[in-house]
Amino acid sequence: MDPYALKSLNAERRARRAVILVTDLGDGRDRIVREGDQVAGELGAAIAKAFRSGNSGSVEAEGRTFFLNAYLPQPRLVVIGAVHISQALAPMARIAGYPVEIVDPRTAFATADRFPDVALHAEWPEDILKRQPLDSFTALAAVTHDPKIDDFALKAALDANCFYVGALGSRKTHAKRVERLLALGATADQIARIHAPIGLDIGAASPAEIAVAILAQAIQAFRSRGLESKDAVA
Amino acid sequence: MENSIYLDEARDPLAIAEGWMKDGKDVAIATVVETWGSAPRPVGSHLVIDAEGNFHGSVSGGCVEGAVVTEAVDVIDSGKAKMLEFGVADETAWQVGLSCGGRIKVYVERLG
Repeated sequence: MDPYALKSLNAERRARRAVILVTDLGDGRDRIVREGDQVAGELGAAIAKAFRSGNSGSVEAEGRTFFLNAYLPQPRLVVIGAVHISQALAPMARIAGYPVEIVDPRTAFATADRFPDVALHAEWPEDILKRQPLDSFTALAAVTHDPKIDDFALKAALDANCFYVGALGSRKTHAKRVERLLALGATADQIARIHAPIGLDIGAASPAEIAVAILAQAIQAFRSRGLESKDAVA
Repeated sequence: MENSIYLDEARDPLAIAEGWMKDGKDVAIATVVETWGSAPRPVGSHLVIDAEGNFHGSVSGGCVEGAVVTEAVDVIDSGKAKMLEFGVADETAWQVGLSCGGRIKVYVERLG
């Protein structure tokens, strides 16, 4: 392995960015490909697939054998609101392989008693997100119903290009939210990325069922990363 | 630790390899490039080895690491990468095979 490749590889991984190390198994030469880099042909198609699936493997292209080692950051879920839905969502998401952090400045809600074994931040999103910024391998679900708490986090999630952004509330509630986010400087394209009403449409009624719908929608978003643009063209 | 959202510098094989490199050590990197059947570590897993045979990470459940380390020391000397295969159908399986019945292919290369 090229020492410079190892250094850049680790730098990308430390910054929680997806990266693929492409090694020519014939001559041992390697190079780093970042998500969004343009690579042509069969190799490019295999690289795009590896970025989506996170699976490493060998590929035959241009008469050579390449090994693609995909390094994807651990996806995580940030939930704004220490509410009833979040109590069900936190353990479910952890089991599914998505570590959870819960943010709610209302200390009556954000108690260790209500959320055992969960990373819980009883503070404003403005404060915690400054220290622990969102990124494209983070999903954000805003479920407080309170614009004072949700709005800032939603705007931050859109700006950080979170792979999933969901917001609790009816269509009517969301229409008002759109107005507020526009006023905060969000673009129409950004706002179109918000899943609202939140969750896959499975007829969820109880808080725990809504948690299932949110988790399923976040997983769907994660596993289809990079496909949105193609859908938009089609 | 599998679910840690940040790189675990003390345990991550590639972070350790980078540290060794900065310390001026010769380093080999072994990578699982193919698996068949029930293999204990997924494709892409790393074992990193220095010239004294110190190692971190894993390419199996501990079944073949010894053999990989021995080969890696050769790779560090020669600078020539090697493709190793371990499995039940393989002769070496009797010595260092995978008790799980799987087969793996491991690419061993020198850093730099």
